[in-house]
Amino acid sequence: MASREDIMTKVAELIGPFNNKGAELKDTTTFAGDLEWDSLTVMDFVAAVEDEFDIIITMNMQAEIETVGQLADAVAKLMEQ
Amino acid sequence: MTDLLSRYDPLIQERENLLATGVKDPFSLVMEEVLSPTVAICDGKETILLGTYNYMGMTFDDDVREAGLKALKEFGSGTTGSRVLNGTYSLHRDCEDALKEFYAMDHAMVFSTGYQANLGMISALAGKGDYIILDIDSHASIYDGCAMGNAEVVAFRHNDVEALEKRLKRLPAEAGKLVVLEGVYSMLGDAAPLQEMIRVCKENGAMTLVDEAHSMGFIGENGRGVCEAQGVIDDVDFIIGTFSKSVGTVGGFCVSNHPKFEIMRLVCRPYVFTASLPPSVMATASTSIRKLMHSGNKRAHLWENSKKLHKGLRDLGFELGTPEAQSAIIAVIMPDLEKGAMMWQALLAEGLYVNLARPPATPANMTLLRCSLCAEHTSEQVDQILGMFEAAGKAVGAI
Repeated sequence: MASREDIMTKVAELIGPFNNKGAELKDTTTFAGDLEWDSLTVMDFVAAVEDEFDIIITMNMQAEIETVGQLADAVAKLMEQ
Repeated sequence: MTDLLSRYDPLIQERENLLATGVKDPFSLVMEEVLSPTVAICDGKETILLGTYNYMGMTFDDDVREAGLKALKEFGSGTTGSRVLNGTYSLHRDCEDALKEFYAMDHAMVFSTGYQANLGMISALAGKGDYIILDIDSHASIYDGCAMGNAEVVAFRHNDVEALEKRLKRLPAEAGKLVVLEGVYSMLGDAAPLQEMIRVCKENGAMTLVDEAHSMGFIGENGRGVCEAQGVIDDVDFIIGTFSKSVGTVGGFCVSNHPKFEIMRLVCRPYVFTASLPPSVMATASTSIRKLMHSGNKRAHLWENSKKLHKGLRDLGFELGTPEAQSAIIAVIMPDLEKGAMMWQALLAEGLYVNLARPPATPANMTLLRCSLCAEHTSEQVDQILGMFEAAGKAVGAI
């Protein structure tokens, strides 16, 4: 079972190629505001996260996730199921 | 008081900026006269229509128009009622019979538009706890159908069989699953790999709904769509279509062989809570659908037109949405909205109408000049169209 810290590390790695602004990654970093991602980038990134952790993040769930921390929490929860 | 319309200020600003460059508003064109499926008068000028989805040119068919006039005289101008109350005439039933004949299927249900067919079917099929799996480039009506229901929505990369399969395998085996696909995607005009996708859906216990709006009447030996062309029509649970493209009028439908299909008439809210189509529309649709069953030659000519336009535009140096013609839609990719609007206007000045498509309707934030061909375009008209693209493209520096 991956710890939340492991998940954060992995998530940060996956954000890397999409982090064109070089924004600092913290729990509170937002995807729309700090990283300035548009819907296409979000889609590519979500697909990468899903494949990495072998999970599904539904569009309903995506609507609730605004920050990197929230994503890590969601991934942890999905991996428990 | 908060002005609720202030949320649209960025869009208002973008439009003002675009119009300030001197281009004509591409979203408020008026056709003063329509001379045929392929020619209209716009701003007093004779204009070739290359952006109407009127694939089979049925809008001016003599039999179709006669049937409409007869129904208008005999049944009046409208039904003023829902299909489940006073809005089902013999003509609505006959139109559903025509669809059953056309598709060789057991059930057909006519909605007032194709948009409502998707809204109604998707929202009524997948409920709480179920999953809808859709292609990320799905039409707005598919997304809106999802938003109207309570199912969980999972998107996968456009036309990617492996991405679809992976997601299906991750979902709970016992959960209800509806995979929603399109035969032809209207923005780039690309066809879906339905053969593999439907197989993957079957293997993973998912039901399937395919929207054939842009392929009905044209693709497949009998014009039944991409499902027919790829040999999977019997494996698909629901086919959605429209009358506003090849059929040449307005309306939407769903056909299916599902034994319990008829219950959908009572549970699809966009079917129940709206007025049914006018009798004249039903008569034109039925006549058109039955004629489309025997339109093999027109289908062959439309393919010729599509291939000729695709090759011609590619040879002129335009970037196109597909490597070869996959449907009757040829999308020309423009670098940005301003250039796209300039090119659109230059084409109109030449006497050619195409669709200017922009985000969010388009994938990957693209600006597209979308051309849709008609079986009634002559080969000479396609030559003329290519000449207009060359002149306009050089005038605005697009090629």
